Amino acid sequence: MLSDEILRVENLYVSVEGTPILKGLSLTIHRGEIHAIMGRNGAGKSTLANVVMGHPAYEITSGNIFYKGEPLEDLEVFQRARAGMFLSFQYPAVIPGVQVGTFLKKSVASVRDDPPKGRAFRKELTAAMEKLSMDKSFLSRYVNDGFSGGEKKRLEILQMLLLQPHLALLDETDSGLDIDALRIVAQGINEVAADSACLIITHYQRLLDLVKPHYVHAMMDGAIVRTGGPELALELEDRGYDWLEVTA
Amino acid sequence: MSDDAQEIIGDYKYGFHDPENSTIRFDKGLSEQVVRDISELKNEPQWMTDIRVKAYRHFVERVMPEWGNCSLLNMIDFENVTYFLRSSNKTEKSWDDVPDDIKNTFDRLGIPEAEQKWLGGVTAQYESEAVYHSIREDLEEQGVIFLDMDSGLKQYPEIVKKYFGTVIPHSDNKFSALNTAVWSGGSFLYIPKGVHVEMPVQAYFRINAKNMGQFERTLIIADEGSSVHYVEGCTAPSYSTDSLHSAVVELIAMDGAKIRYSTVQNWSSNVYNLVTKRAVAHRNATVEWVDGNIGSKLTMKYPSVLLKGEGAHAEVISVAYAGKGQHQDTGAKVHHLAPNTTSNILSKSISKGGGRSSYRGLLQVTPKSTGCRSKVVCDALILDEDSRSDTYPTMEIGNSTADLEHEASVSKVSNDQLFYLMSRGFSEEEAMGLIVNGFFEPFTRELPMEYAVELNKLLELEMEGSIG
Ligand SMILES: Nc1ncnc2c1ncn2[C@@H]1O[C@H](COP(=O)(O)OP(=O)(O)O)[C@@H](O)[C@H]1O
Ligand SMILES: [Mg+2]
Repeated sequence: MLSDEILRVENLYVSVEGTPILKGLSLTIHRGEIHAIMGRNGAGKSTLANVVMGHPAYEITSGNIFYKGEPLEDLEVFQRARAGMFLSFQYPAVIPGVQVGTFLKKSVASVRDDPPKGRAFRKELTAAMEKLSMDKSFLSRYVNDGFSGGEKKRLEILQMLLLQPHLALLDETDSGLDIDALRIVAQGINEVAADSACLIITHYQRLLDLVKPHYVHAMMDGAIVRTGGPELALELEDRGYDWLEVTA
Repeated sequence: MSDDAQEIIGDYKYGFHDPENSTIRFDKGLSEQVVRDISELKNEPQWMTDIRVKAYRHFVERVMPEWGNCSLLNMIDFENVTYFLRSSNKTEKSWDDVPDDIKNTFDRLGIPEAEQKWLGGVTAQYESEAVYHSIREDLEEQGVIFLDMDSGLKQYPEIVKKYFGTVIPHSDNKFSALNTAVWSGGSFLYIPKGVHVEMPVQAYFRINAKNMGQFERTLIIADEGSSVHYVEGCTAPSYSTDSLHSAVVELIAMDGAKIRYSTVQNWSSNVYNLVTKRAVAHRNATVEWVDGNIGSKLTMKYPSVLLKGEGAHAEVISVAYAGKGQHQDTGAKVHHLAPNTTSNILSKSISKGGGRSSYRGLLQVTPKSTGCRSKVVCDALILDEDSRSDTYPTMEIGNSTADLEHEASVSKVSNDQLFYLMSRGFSEEEAMGLIVNGFFEPFTRELPMEYAVELNKLLELEMEGSIG
């Protein structure tokens, strides 16, 4: 099974500006698996996603991250993207003046091995946007500039569909979505998840009703304190996290 | 941007030059005799010679500006400049007649072929004079006059005499005096009453001789109810000795007329670019300056509009990019001289690698000009710790009915923006390129597509090899 291992995080300790955030986190994800991470605000969920993607503000003080069996430390952020890693941001950055269409075209061209060009790209783009019920007018808007929360999340998923990642990290992609948008976004995730490794960070069961996780992890204070199946997500939503503190 | 546009630009290089092929070249340095010789050589009417001589005398007496980057200004050695250079003895009308090496230069600028499709007409300044000039027939039929300035003077002396120097008198500043004394080339454009020129009218300028001063003179008159978009582009090859570029551009928009004047200039970092641009807008007229400045050692340029007639409108959109060893001292001046006049100023600057950009603006509303409205927005983006940006806004508001807005911001590229873009596969340089192009986009989108592509490409090149 080793060849199908996509992400392995080993006893990871991470600090931000000298403050320890992740404290001994371990996690392995294989191709075709969907993992969900749940936890209170401030538990370190976004930190995990960011550090895997290579955000320079996060310092790994000990432990290792492997992608497809290779250590990640020497890869720059854009090289990770080109190697097939993708992060759907909790708070996507605004890039004023850069049109979504231009941005997507360039991004696909730099990430995909054999990127579709010209008409082929436009065809793929149109199909992906239709799946996500996104209007063509998105393409001439500036990246995330003046976007509603839901629009931002849709654009993240659109990028995921086009970039076809092998590892998808989805950080609270469901927040701020109404039920219709959630369904649409879930379809997008399922499409990509079938053939990749997927890590879903969420507070809510409602996304997990639509995207069935194989594993659910409860995270507290920078570490995974419990792992279970889909039933753990229901339990966490029902009981909160306090009971874990007692048992941990 | 379309793929076609990308192809038009091709492997555009920014630092080449053709062997100098000038047939007449004056010695360096300036004197009253040189001024008279230039006028005589061009067979000018006596009144123009007189204007030149008067301007020369004023230039000699006039002190350097005592504001702006004085230390750089005072380094200009006027004796080390060639004031006149003629590369081709007659003004061409057909593309076939243009000398091959000159065409070659244009080739490398990415100009020919494609231009046929969409240009309204071309005058291309090669060295001091226009060598190529063509007007599409329908423009001619509409009565539009589009000539290089020297031909304009020859063929329409009465129009030139009536308007030359009326917007920018020679005594306006030291450099307008210099230009008036030694001007050569530039464009003369007259749009008759009620004529709307649909396609942008274009001219290309470049410096190609060592130490060559360029003193082009442009005069555009849009008669009542007419409209025109004039576009001018400029790329300088890199030379080691200093070059002086000092143009004067005068625009006159009669009642209800509209003039848009778009420029992108990219000077090598040895060029002084000291340009006086001013427009008069009469009743209900609109003047728009779209002005992009890249490079040069020092640029001082403040496109201005005199809103003389009631209901007139001014629009100034400018960008400046200051790289290593460069100072962009640019801005806009709008004078609300009549009631119910309106203006919008948007100025954006990027400083990088120790470069400096300064916004210098003037907004004037005279006491009698009631009901005026103006909005000024200045945004600066600073790419590193060594670079600098300053703002020098001046407001002279003569009455309390004016509705004024002023916004200024200074920003840096955020780590979150870089991380976001890099997580989408862009290298740090590519990410910076996207961000700076995006920052200039409100300007770029106003340009004809060729220029927009060219500017984006230039900025991407500027971001290369600069990070680490
Ligand atoms: N870039 C950062 N700078 C400073 N503190 C940070 C940064 N990122 C995260 N933190 C801190 O780390 C802790 C965990 O944050 P985060 O990973 O965003 O949690 P979660 O996503 O689980 O809500 C919080 O206390 C947060 O304030
Ligand atoms: Mg978070």
